Amino acid sequence: MKYIDEYRDGGLARLISATIAREAQAGRQYKLMEFCGGHTHALSRYGIEDLLPPQVEMVHGPGCPVCVLPVGRIDDAIRLAMRPEVTLCTYADLMRVPASGGANLLKARAAGADIRMIYSSMDAVLVAEAEPARQVVFFAIGFETTTPATALAIRLADQKQLANFSVFCNHVLTPPAIRAILDVDHLPAGERVLVDGFVGPAHVSTVIGTSPYAALAAAFGKPVVVAGFEPLDVMQAILMLIRQVNEGRTEVENQYIRAVTPEGNLIAQREMAEIFELRDSFEWRGLGALPASALRLRNTYAKFDAERRFTIVPVPAADNPACECGDVLRGLKKPAACKLFGTVCSPQTPMGSCMVSPEGACAAHWTYGRFRDRVGAGAPRQAA
Amino acid sequence: MCLAIPIRVDALLPDQMARVTLGGVSKHISIALVEDVRVGDYVLLHVGYALTRLDPGEAERTLILMREAAVPGLPEIQGAAA
Ligand code: SF4
Repeated sequence: MKYIDEYRDGGLARLISATIAREAQAGRQYKLMEFCGGHTHALSRYGIEDLLPPQVEMVHGPGCPVCVLPVGRIDDAIRLAMRPEVTLCTYADLMRVPASGGANLLKARAAGADIRMIYSSMDAVLVAEAEPARQVVFFAIGFETTTPATALAIRLADQKQLANFSVFCNHVLTPPAIRAILDVDHLPAGERVLVDGFVGPAHVSTVIGTSPYAALAAAFGKPVVVAGFEPLDVMQAILMLIRQVNEGRTEVENQYIRAVTPEGNLIAQREMAEIFELRDSFEWRGLGALPASALRLRNTYAKFDAERRFTIVPVPAADNPACECGDVLRGLKKPAACKLFGTVCSPQTPMGSCMVSPEGACAAHWTYGRFRDRVGAGAPRQAA
Repeated sequence: MCLAIPIRVDALLPDQMARVTLGGVSKHISIALVEDVRVGDYVLLHVGYALTRLDPGEAERTLILMREAAVPGLPEIQGAAA
């Protein structure tokens, strides 16, 4: 397919890996965090880590929307779906995410809740229009990539004057999460992830542009290279980061120029600003409560806000204590370091959200990476 | 969740919608978020919405930069198509 195949050329990947091996200085460590689950997935799927020299280490970041959603919000969604008048519309990724007490949306549906998997937020509006007797709630999650779609769905419901449509909004923002990863000074030494640079989000950046990262790069002195999700994109971004580190630069660079501009998608930004406003604080799995890190519906659109329509009061809920998703999301632990990995926890029986989404670090490592562990870390990591 | 794929716009439809072909199946997508979409443009499709238009010139430039990263000095030899 055009714009895909040409960025998957294995021969070129090996040549770029040789350049990386040449330029990555011996005796120096390059700890690079890929923020996005999409990059985590690409790294595992294409075996990119095997093409990197030992001094270049990739650390997985928290950019998987399904993974960072705290258990309490899934519990809320299940409680909503169990109401007899409610039809809950959700993206398929959320169906198997573990909630409290071993519950999930799939089991809730089997128990009689009216839960429908949809491809697009638009579909939820169409369900509401077709079934006026039902209270249709769209379970909205995602970073800035997915938020404009929710904004347009709300606008459409407004135009159609639908009284039976609402949104359970869980949209979160990328820059505050990057800040939380970099802002480590107040943490005990063992909990600090010290990264040398970031592979910046691909599709999030099509919406917000590259400029929001400038303040972060400057404040924390870390380079950011926004990169596409194809394997050659990731390889090139890694090389660009190594060059920045070598030269002592801490700039925001854009590898994904075919899709991302400095200012981003202004229409999408306008739509989001029209419908949503910042929450004071929002709970993230792994990162805890982060100020000004998530969105809720503005008062003007309150009638479409499921949290207000159904008076959802947050009930604190704890993660499965054995699941290390929290540490995995902050880059403190690798999936295979979790005791449950591959034994109790697998994509068929996920114990934590990181094993559910294909972009989750545990799921990516299970699907593509676990065979590398047997060879022994480091052994196959040769350049060309 | 953040999956988005490049797809060619086959036809423009009313209400800021467009027709694309996905895995041999014809589909309607929203182009409300992207200005001046034309037939033949490639857009990034995410959960039913075009997020942005792919820039063919920048796509070509990326490939040139990748070849340059692979074999420093190569693009000049090839006469850099851009
Ligand atoms: S392997 Fe399973 S239990 Fe362990 S951190 Fe990953 S998702 Fe959680």
